[in-house]
Amino acid sequence: MDFLVFQYPMITVQACLDGILLGVLFALIAYGMALQWGVMNIINIAQGDLVILGGYIAYFMYLYGIHPAWGVIVAPIIMYFVGIAIYKLVINKVVDRDLFISILATFGISILFMQLMNFAFGADVVLANSGYGTTMLFDNNVVLPNSKIFSAFISILFAVCLVIYMKKSKLGRAIRATAQNARAAKILGVDTEKVYAATFGINAALCGVAGALISITFTIHPYMGLPYTIRSFMIVIVAGLGNLPGVAMSGMGLGVFEEFADYILGTEFRIGSVFLLLVLILVYRRFKLSRKREYLK
Amino acid sequence: MNKNNLILYIGILIFGLAAPYIFPAFKVQLSILCILIVLAITWNIQGGEMGYNTFGNILFYGLGMYLCASVQVGMFFPLAEWTESGGEKTFVHTPAQFFQGMAAGLVVAAIVPTIVAGLIGYAILGLRGHYFAICTLGLGVAAGEISGGIEIIGAGQGFTTPPFPNVGSLEARGEFFYFLSFLVLVLTFIAVKAIYTTRFKLILNAIRDNEDKAEAMGIETMKYKIIGWMISAFFCGLAGGIMGGLVGYIDSTDVAFDGREMGVFMVLMAILGGKGTLWGPVIGATVFHIFKEGFWTFFLGWQYVALGVLIVVIVIYFPEGIMGWLREKYPERFGEVVDEADRKAQVEIK
Repeated sequence: MDFLVFQYPMITVQACLDGILLGVLFALIAYGMALQWGVMNIINIAQGDLVILGGYIAYFMYLYGIHPAWGVIVAPIIMYFVGIAIYKLVINKVVDRDLFISILATFGISILFMQLMNFAFGADVVLANSGYGTTMLFDNNVVLPNSKIFSAFISILFAVCLVIYMKKSKLGRAIRATAQNARAAKILGVDTEKVYAATFGINAALCGVAGALISITFTIHPYMGLPYTIRSFMIVIVAGLGNLPGVAMSGMGLGVFEEFADYILGTEFRIGSVFLLLVLILVYRRFKLSRKREYLK
Repeated sequence: MNKNNLILYIGILIFGLAAPYIFPAFKVQLSILCILIVLAITWNIQGGEMGYNTFGNILFYGLGMYLCASVQVGMFFPLAEWTESGGEKTFVHTPAQFFQGMAAGLVVAAIVPTIVAGLIGYAILGLRGHYFAICTLGLGVAAGEISGGIEIIGAGQGFTTPPFPNVGSLEARGEFFYFLSFLVLVLTFIAVKAIYTTRFKLILNAIRDNEDKAEAMGIETMKYKIIGWMISAFFCGLAGGIMGGLVGYIDSTDVAFDGREMGVFMVLMAILGGKGTLWGPVIGATVFHIFKEGFWTFFLGWQYVALGVLIVVIVIYFPEGIMGWLREKYPERFGEVVDEADRKAQVEIK
């Protein structure tokens, strides 16, 4: 077999750059997941569907003639309230229950969202054209759409803002306290219920930003949510909870892996390879930990 | 087994054998019901008794489906040409070939998933909690995506299973598949019931309640977890093989590795009925199937919306299921000794 990657070294550069720019987006989604996992001990299977919903908000702005880049501001605001609504309706009833209950409940939300989006927006693959043009590098051998650079930049901006917010603001401190010890935080007067709702809302807002950027740079489709959930889950378990540089690095690593899988195995195996990688990582970690007679908690 | 139970079982058996003649129009639905019950029972071995909540049993179901159909075709005709010709029937199975192929296919469909379960189980049953659930979810989806890329089993275009041969009667197809799935259901039920009376079930429950302590007591938990999963895989594979023949068409993500439908259904049915009980999955599957068919017919197009809402509602409000509710209401019937004074005291506290 002759792989394009080895014959033309420039494709390797292209794949790496594409992967890194894509990985920054993954890392943003994974950050949201790590946040709610750390604070509420919930794994939200509907994470990817929130991303796609955010993407459709930007797409609709594009349809009505507003530049889709404004979606980066509008989508998180709408998604914040969607997140709060989901929290009030479902999540607050499963927060302190069995872990599997929360997985299954969010799986139900995921199916619900998937189908509602399918009804509302149709089953077509869509993208919002930003009209940003492209940048050529290395004697026109590497093509980078400006929208990808824009999206990576905006993701980093949001991530940095959020980190500062979590460090400095009162709510951020409350969230971190709740993550450390919910009971102690409650005793000291933190309204944990409110903190949980805010955490879920912030997570949904982050998903909204990521979704809006994805609709500009890539494509969105109602059923494309689950792979984003799996990717963010994978990034979080590789990086560990509360390890921000780790989340960024493993996000980029995953992006590069995907681009190479795309070139080497073919596009039809791209999603499959992501899911297989998840299984491989988990199996690897199990054997590594079992040597010390521990297990993933 | 006491006398009442024996009468109950014989009654159900007679009803099961007579059902296709009582409801001749619902043969296919009844067969699907049998398959669903088998899936719910096998899921319950993991999710209910062992405490390992898997989304991955769909893997064995889909594997069985593809294997059974491939063997059935491949025994007599070249497989690649069959899938390439798609719906056009270039090759026709004679009745003898069809039944031989089906029998051989079902044997393969049961054995290969069992081996796969053993191998995968060794690798992933060491994971716990969230990790196991999401890992198995990933396995199911990955299997669907990958089988959708393999040419010889039809890739994304799908795989038509051999059509039922003309053996004289028009009713033969429905009856054949009904009795086949009913047979598998009875076998599964008897096997699981027999297993649940042994020490094996107690070990599974010990793993569910506290795996570390079970290990400290000298139980090789890994071995029992793998055996439990292999038992599930055996019956899931059989169920998948029959379902492939019944549906007549295999698609990688919509029929075989259908994590969004069948993969969730089996979890939901077991939870609805009450996980960790013998009868729970049976009752849950029956109620769920009747509800689903009613709903699917009247609210066509909204079924997934309903499914999503249903999952959330069941999970939040009925996590103990129908059997759990019955147990709370009539504890005497479940062999629990109830102290009258204690009960009164509880009522007063409430």
